[in-house]
Amino acid sequence: MAVISVINLSVVKTDRLLFEHLNFAVEQGGLLYVKGQNGAGKTSLLRVLAGLVNADSGKVYFSQQNIKDCRDDYHQHLVYFGHKLGINLTLSAVENLQYWCKQHQVVISVDRIFNTLAQLNLVGLEDIPVANLSAGQQRRVALARFWFKQNAKLWILDEPFTALDNQGIELISKQITQFLIGGGAVVITSHQALRLDYPTDELTLEYRI
Amino acid sequence: MWKWLHPYAKPEHTYYLCQRLLPWFSLLGLAVILFASVWGLAFAPTDYQQSEAYRIIYVHVPSAVLSKSLYSAMAIAAFVGLVWQVKTSFMAMMALAPIGATVTFVSLVTGAAWGKPMWGTWWEWDARLTSQLILLFLFLGVISLYKAFEDKQQAGKAAGVMAMVGVINLPIIHYSVQWWNTLHQGATIMKLGKPSMPPEMLWPLLLSILGWALVSAAIFLLRMQNEILQREIRRPWVVALANKSSTLSEGT
Amino acid sequence: MLFFILVISLFPLAVGPEPKTLQLIGPGVIWVAAILSSLLGLERLFRDDFQDGSLEQLMLSNTSLPAAALVKVLAHWLTSILPLIILSPLLALFLHLNEPMYWALLKTLLLGTPLLSLIGAIAVGLTVGLNRGGVLLALLLLPVFIPLLIFATSAVESASMQLQYSAQLAIIGAMFLLSLALAPFAIAYALRVSQT
Repeated sequence: MAVISVINLSVVKTDRLLFEHLNFAVEQGGLLYVKGQNGAGKTSLLRVLAGLVNADSGKVYFSQQNIKDCRDDYHQHLVYFGHKLGINLTLSAVENLQYWCKQHQVVISVDRIFNTLAQLNLVGLEDIPVANLSAGQQRRVALARFWFKQNAKLWILDEPFTALDNQGIELISKQITQFLIGGGAVVITSHQALRLDYPTDELTLEYRI
Repeated sequence: MWKWLHPYAKPEHTYYLCQRLLPWFSLLGLAVILFASVWGLAFAPTDYQQSEAYRIIYVHVPSAVLSKSLYSAMAIAAFVGLVWQVKTSFMAMMALAPIGATVTFVSLVTGAAWGKPMWGTWWEWDARLTSQLILLFLFLGVISLYKAFEDKQQAGKAAGVMAMVGVINLPIIHYSVQWWNTLHQGATIMKLGKPSMPPEMLWPLLLSILGWALVSAAIFLLRMQNEILQREIRRPWVVALANKSSTLSEGT
Repeated sequence: MLFFILVISLFPLAVGPEPKTLQLIGPGVIWVAAILSSLLGLERLFRDDFQDGSLEQLMLSNTSLPAAALVKVLAHWLTSILPLIILSPLLALFLHLNEPMYWALLKTLLLGTPLLSLIGAIAVGLTVGLNRGGVLLALLLLPVFIPLLIFATSAVESASMQLQYSAQLAIIGAMFLLSLALAPFAIAYALRVSQT
């Protein structure tokens, strides 16, 4: 049974048809790499998959159910990382992650959070306002959420590797691979080539006028 | 019951419908408005109280009536668009808005012009004028909000929400302003001479209202066509239409 | 807050300290100050959360968006309007409002200012993604706030003439309850539209 599938999807943005009649499915343990040049509609597609934006026509299914009908269930099993980091700049890394976990009904100990931040090379930076961190460090704080939601079935990542150094890319890639091996599904876009040693399905979106 | 409306959710259909209806509305509208205006402004009998000055009602009343009906029409279009997610409904809403704003403005100017001989001043915070002023702000708000968005689908929904907020408030605003006015002044009520309006005065008035309505409808049809073309500019049917008209002009 | 005390202090300086004049314009001045204060605070209501992506994450969690919106509205009221209400005795003093007038004013402020936050939040939800929200927000909201202004100031005026003003309060109260029931959903919808 596909974790996420899309039937006859078409999306219009600013009166421009981005794509139409799109069909695909991602199974458990499946990795979908969405490619295309700037403006082709990758971000829009991911936002439609996440349910933040409505498509013009077509449907998105999570475990055979329309995401509009199973909103709560879908949200419980989804982790989304978009263009905006999703962290508040005035709070510290720990506070941000605690807030996010509480919001997404993830029970977690402070020690766990500190350990994960340490894994992400953020030792000593956990308690200062996130605004004082560099872009790459802020991104790593935001990506930490992928270490916490254990019962997630689907990860949607929109260009997660931007501004990350090689070490950061390694860390995230390893985490993604682990998730996939455990049966999770991932939809990802990136301008850099994926360095994941894992069978990848590719979807290329063409830029349409 | 509403199945006959379904094809008009497609912009292309609506475009051609507007094209078919336009000549009727524009010709008929112009004829009626000219006839009624000339009758009212030149030939209707003189009012015993206000002499010739009252004639402005042949412009003021139609514009005031139209301003309110256009806002209602706009709000209905907003409602349909929001509830049933119909793109053409939002286009209709935005085609109506500037017409409504202009008509409201005319009602304000003619109302003020009427006020000069009546009260001796160009402006009075009369209940009706104040309501019309607020109505103008409501129209301008919807238009500005729509213009502020680049994504016109988003713009339509946002403007639609504000149009709905406005329409819910419209009766409250009218009532409150009327009440406020009677509290503070009480005397300056615009006289229409309603119950005692002889037929020679009433008929041109009614015809003016009809004429204004028809002309507004004609302008709406034109604007609707424009709006559709602008929004659908990348679609094949628009491109074909543009090519056809350019080959036509080449042929002459 | 200091800004508004300063502005309100300008009025006696501008129109003269004659108590009768100040009493006439006083309730109106305080209410207009409340409206302006509300508008200033509204702009920041959702902007930061929208720009840093926290709003997105909120919409992807199982937190009820209308409930979250209501909490935000409450926060706005507490920060932008409550200080004005707390300072109102001082302002009433400046503007020579007598006791019955002040109590009427206080009641209208308590019942009516939540409306400013509730309906203001709808407009803010719609414009949060836009760059220049400020003037547009004022244009959208002022017509809608006018009835509130009319009823509130008329209530205080009635009080000054020792007349009953329960009717005005009742209407304001009704508007408040209606928006309390409907606005959170409208705000949630507006926020979703902005996400597109």
